[in-house]
Order: sequence, then structure tokens, then C-alpha cells
Amino acid sequence: MNNNIIILPVITQLIIIGALLFFWRKTEIQKWVSALGSGLVVAESIYLLHLVWNKGALVLHAGNWRAPFGISFVIDTFSATLLLLASISALAVSIYAGASVYRPRLKFGFFTIYHFLIMGIQGAFLTGDAFNLYVWFELMIISSFVLLSLGAEKKQLEATVKYFTLNFLASIIFLTGLGILYGLTGTLNIADISQRMKEVQSEGLKEICAIFFLVGFGCKAGLFPLYFWLPASYHTPPSAVSAIFGGLLTKVGVYAIIRMFSVVFADISLMHSIFLVLGSITIVAGAIGAISQKNIMRVFGYLIICHIGYMIGGVGLFNKVALTGGVFFMIHDIVIKTNLFMLAGLVYKIKGSYEYKYLGNLYANFPRISLVAALIFFSLTGVPPLSGFWPKVPLLQSAFSLQEIMYAVCLIAGSIITLIVIARMWSEVFWKKNENVYKEEGRFIYFKDLNWLKKADYLVPIVFLLTVSLFIGFGANYVFQLSDRIAEELMNPEIYYISKVLQ
Amino acid sequence: MELLLSITIGILYASGIYMIMSRSFVKLIFGIILLGNGVNLLIFLLGRIAKGKPPIIPETAAVITDVFSDPVPQALILTAIVISFGLQSFAIILVKRMHKDFGTDDIEQLNTTDHTE
Repeated sequence: MNNNIIILPVITQLIIIGALLFFWRKTEIQKWVSALGSGLVVAESIYLLHLVWNKGALVLHAGNWRAPFGISFVIDTFSATLLLLASISALAVSIYAGASVYRPRLKFGFFTIYHFLIMGIQGAFLTGDAFNLYVWFELMIISSFVLLSLGAEKKQLEATVKYFTLNFLASIIFLTGLGILYGLTGTLNIADISQRMKEVQSEGLKEICAIFFLVGFGCKAGLFPLYFWLPASYHTPPSAVSAIFGGLLTKVGVYAIIRMFSVVFADISLMHSIFLVLGSITIVAGAIGAISQKNIMRVFGYLIICHIGYMIGGVGLFNKVALTGGVFFMIHDIVIKTNLFMLAGLVYKIKGSYEYKYLGNLYANFPRISLVAALIFFSLTGVPPLSGFWPKVPLLQSAFSLQEIMYAVCLIAGSIITLIVIARMWSEVFWKKNENVYKEEGRFIYFKDLNWLKKADYLVPIVFLLTVSLFIGFGANYVFQLSDRIAEELMNPEIYYISKVLQ
Repeated sequence: MELLLSITIGILYASGIYMIMSRSFVKLIFGIILLGNGVNLLIFLLGRIAKGKPPIIPETAAVITDVFSDPVPQALILTAIVISFGLQSFAIILVKRMHKDFGTDDIEQLNTTDHTE
């Protein structure tokens, strides 16, 4: 078995965590270990994607127990792509966190918990076992609770209460669905479950089981009636934490939805119409929420919800073109959302506030940073040659060809409202002349007073992710090839997924 | 046995959800604990119950032909118990901090992060 390389990124995270524990409280060394380790993981993920692209899905049977009995780790093109994107975002945020998170928080093990979080995310992408997926999810949310509450400011504790309750509830609902699924099929391997599901007679039980999974994952992804924890909590932790939450956590929920509903519940057509309706409402709800806010972090929080709707709608349409669009959108979204929150953190460092009423003058004082911000905003709203534009083409095309006019209208409305929100943010934060300056109390050091090394720590990750975004936009040809192949694999799991696992 | 367990699970879920609806954070945590136990029993029940039949293959046979109790759900429950134990202790610490900082456990009063200024 030389497929052991599949779990190399996860093992590397574990090694980083071990190394970090040796340098407890020595934050300077921890920064380097974390950044270099994350760089190594990026290299490994690139290699894995290259391997999967040439050879197709790879499977690792833990302990060499054959597929339905042991736990399998499966990497197909979809998981390899997301693994790479997660590693890239994690690298950027790791560098950014070293500069932007307060030292006392770093001393209390910020980086250790951070790498546990990334490990959970990567494990969730790699596993081929439904219960193992639950365990990775738990690892991920436990770490996110700690990251969210680390520092114990009042607003953080309050956010943690909301975030904790709804995410724990979602886990319980997911576990209930898992219990029913085990009762129906007697197996936990996702590929094997999919085979056994065909023998299950009762359509009603299958649908109930699917609904449990929908609610469990939907809550984590931030779907329409289940998203209220997200805008209440994402603006409270340090911006580095928000960046990794906003970029990756909700997307793991979307990944789990796509995986389960393309392999296990693919033939339940009821679910597809539910996804389409929920996706459409999510777009509108998120967009309306974003337009009503006057705080950068809150606006971005609602934009996450708005854009989750695009992907879920793509799953609802469930044909190859729509999934190509959905997956492309996911690739674009992970990078851009991480970057948006880092940008928000930079604005906070410059002006000392997230509120519109205290912001302004940025374009006059920092023209080059404003140019970077403008490019990020253009990518987000989808100005044609940039990354946000391309995924909307196949999504719209497929919505019109399937006569799903409601979703198409919501998609266009969502894009327009995103544009309005971003235009307003540009004029409020960058163009507006504002003498109303907020004085952050305590030993808050403004951006202009930092030395060049610290400034670079803020700017390098943002520019790095912007470069990735620009590549996704200008190299859309390659990304389309990749998403096209992922969609092909997702539409035919028997050939590309199940047969590989159960061979 | 199955009937008794089903009723117990139903009661645990119902009371858990009822407690989660309450305004007190302490009650909410109790609700979550009850729900977690309900889930564990549900997995136990859905793995089919067989009394006194360990899944051990006799020396003379190659496979088990008799009914046997499935060990997998028990392993799952064990994992789930450990995880929910960790989460519950986190929640209890959270209650303590909340009581110290806010002087209340009424969730209705925790609405500052939802306000727009």
C-alpha cells in the first residue's frame, strides 16, 4: 500500500502541532513553525492534486482493512482541489495571524488550536467514511469554539454562546441522521452505503434520513433558515480567525452536502427541489442582510451567506453544467472570502474601527492598498475577466435550460445587490472624507506606526491571495477544466468513486 | 425491549428540544445533554439489539451463523460520548464565564452582537 501519501497533509498538521507544543509561549518561533509548516502542506497538496489528476481517485484503507470494514480515506479530484485551496488559505492566514493577533492570545496556544482546526478541515475533505466525517467535523468545531472565545472579550463570549449552541445542535442532528443511515444500511463507508441504499425499499425512510443530513450540514453551511448564528458571531473574533472561518468552515458544510447528496442520496429528487428553493432564498436573505449593515465585518458575514446560496442552488440543479459552475464558485469563494476578512482586519488596523461612521479617507491616504482592495472587490462582484464572473455563466446557463427561472432571477438579483453593497462600502470606507476618527483605547498600534516587517506581514498574505484570485480569473480556462472534471466525477460516482473504493 | 427504548429515546428528544427552547442557558445545556444521550441510545437501538450474543466466532466455525450483537454501534456511541463530554464541559465553563461577565444566564439579554448601530 503506497497510497499512504493521501493522509500526509493531515499528518503534517499533527507534526506541526507537536512542534508548536515544544515552543509553548515562544510566539516568535511559533510564527515561523506555523508559516513554514503551512507552506509544506501547500506543496504536499499540489503534489496530491497532480497525482490525482493523472491517476484518478486514490484510496487508503486504514490498517489495510478492506473497504466496507475499515475506515477508508479517499482523495478524488474534488477533495484534492479543496485540500489545495484550504492549504493556500491556511498559509495566508497563518502569516497574517502572526502579525494581527494580540500576543497574549498567541501565548495561549492560538497557533496550536489553529492547526487543529485546519487538520479537522483537511480530514473532513479526505475521509470516505460517514462516521469519520462526523469525528473530523467535531474536531473542527471544537477548535473553532476555542478560537472564537480565545481572549474572552464580552462580545466574543456572547457570540460563542450562539455559535456553540447551534453548531452542537447541528452535530446532534447529523449524528441522528447517521444513526438512521446505519440502521438502514448496516455500513458506514460512504461508497458502500450508496450501494446498499439501492436495496432499501422504503422511500419515506430514505427521505427522512436525507432531511436529517440536510439540516445538519445546512446549519454548518449557513443555509437559509439555519444561518442565524453566522452573522451573530463571525464579526467578534480577531480578523484572522474570521478569515479562516469565513473562507473554510461554511465551505466544509457545502462540501459535505455535495459529497453525501451526489454519492448517497443522488436519486432522491425531492431533495434537489428543496436545495433549489433554499439556495434561492439564501441568496436573497444574505443579500438583504448585507445591504442593511453598516459594519464591514457584518457586511462580509452576510455576503458569505448570500454566496453559499449560489453553490447550493448549483447542487439543486444537479446536472453537469450546474455542478461545474457550483464547484468553480466554491474555488473562487474560498480564496476571496478569506481575503475579504483579512482586508477588513487591515482596515481596522489602519483606522481602529469596523464601523462605517468612523471610516473614510483610505483612498486619499493609502492609494496602493486601495488599489489592492479594489481588485479584490472587483473579483468578488464578478467584473468580467475576474474570478467571480466565470462560475455564474454555467450556473445561469443551466438554470435557463432547466426552466428554473426563480433561481436564475435570485442569482442575478444577488449579484446586483452584492455590487450595490460593495459600491456603497467603497464610497463609505475609501472615498468618503471623514473627520470622525475613532480612538481605540489601550496600547493599540496603528498601521502607520508599524515597522516595515510588520506591515509586510499584513500585506503579503492579502496580495498573495489576490494573486491566486487573479489566476482563477485570468486562468479560468484551467479552472474550468478542473471543475468540469470534478462535475463529471460527481455526476458518475459509480465509475469514479464507488468502484475505486470497493475494488 | 425495543419498544421501551424507542419510548425512552422519544422522551429524551422531546424533553431535550423543550429545554433548548428555554431562555435560561443552564437549561439549554441540560437540553443538549439530554439530546446527546437520546442520539446515543438511537444509534444503539438502530444497530439491532441481541441479548447475550457476543460477536465471537467459535473455534469450530469459519463465520457466525447465529444472531449476534453488532459491535460497531457500540464503538460509535463510545466515540460520540467522549466528544459530547468534551463539548459539555466547554459549555459549562462558558456558563460560568457568562455568569461572571454578564451576571445573568438569560439568553434574551444576549443580543448586543445582533444589533446594528
